[in-house]
Amino acid sequence: MKTLKTPDKTLAELRKRLGEGVFTVSENLDNLRLHVPAAKLIDLLTALRNDFGFQLTELGGEDYLGYPGRSASRDRFEVHYILLNHDTAERLVVKTGVSDPDPTLPSVYSLWHGADWMEREVFDMYGIIFAGHPDLRRILMPEGFRSFPLRKDYPLRGRGERHNFSRLTREES
Amino acid sequence: MAVKPGLIELPGRSGKSGSGVFAPEGTIFTTLDAVVNWCRKNSLWPMPFATACCGIELMAVGSSRFDIARFGAEVMRFSPRQCDLMIVAGRVVMKMMPVLQRIWLQMPEPKYAISMGACASSGGIFDTYAVVQGVDRFIPIDVYIPGCPPRPEQILRAVMDVQAKVQKGGSALGNLGLPELRRMEEQLVQIKPRAALPGVATERADESRYGYRLPGGESLVGRRDS
Repeated sequence: MKTLKTPDKTLAELRKRLGEGVFTVSENLDNLRLHVPAAKLIDLLTALRNDFGFQLTELGGEDYLGYPGRSASRDRFEVHYILLNHDTAERLVVKTGVSDPDPTLPSVYSLWHGADWMEREVFDMYGIIFAGHPDLRRILMPEGFRSFPLRKDYPLRGRGERHNFSRLTREES
Repeated sequence: MAVKPGLIELPGRSGKSGSGVFAPEGTIFTTLDAVVNWCRKNSLWPMPFATACCGIELMAVGSSRFDIARFGAEVMRFSPRQCDLMIVAGRVVMKMMPVLQRIWLQMPEPKYAISMGACASSGGIFDTYAVVQGVDRFIPIDVYIPGCPPRPEQILRAVMDVQAKVQKGGSALGNLGLPELRRMEEQLVQIKPRAALPGVATERADESRYGYRLPGGESLVGRRDS
């Protein structure tokens, strides 16, 4: 019979495994979040996958430009990894921050191949580069697209790229 | 008025009886254009360019309950070389727009296009950076169908409208368009700029489709760049 672990036990074991000061914990609604700097990201995720049995379910990004109540010294972008342990039904969210000039994170493709397209989507929408990714290119927008659409300083209707085609009239076609 | 028994007369230009063409009873006089148009309109083969949810209603029209086969259009070939009616069903994003133009160019004349649903006609509710606000900006469209999605009966009505357009405007040599619209098409060609600009098109992010600022302010979902 599989026992359901409580998150406190997992966190205590994780702190023992990795040492103090690697991550901070916060809660939002029913999500337990671990905030980790980019340098310790791969260590934390490797430990969670190999020793604790967590698997990746979602990888996404956020842009906190202009977020009310957030200090300007924090990072502008954050990438979150939602991990699920299929045996004990525990969910964890791991969040890393990156900032604007040259936002780069290590890629988790070596841990989970499923992160391939998810990291491509985060790159396409926010411009965050994942070092070590085998094929980092745009996945949703066309290849020549120059902006990163989900950034908060990109307007909803775009800058005119959507209508940049030639018009076919009846005579030409 | 029959001069000889068993014959009917197509009167000549002068109008005098006896100066026209005679043919046996039961002959119908018509023009080649009308016959060819009648044949074409009753066998329009659609090219279903179904990109999104409207494609489901298009499939329903092809089914037996609504039955587009009654109009001769059940042959939905997916090769544009064999079709003469393109039905753009669903929203078209900017990544798909060159594909749509290429498919349109591959269709042989005479060809007609139906823009089905709100998204193909005007962008629908998706006024975003990726969705083309109306396929008619780049492709000549004959009939628009409003709706989200339009019911199959509306699609059949649009097919009937295209049939009426074929009957009135086509000719044996190709599609000339409705006579009353031909001059407007010529004027449109001269007015609207056709070439794509090298960088970015002349469209501002905070203006509505027709170029004026929205009254009451924009919603805060997209911030405009100052």
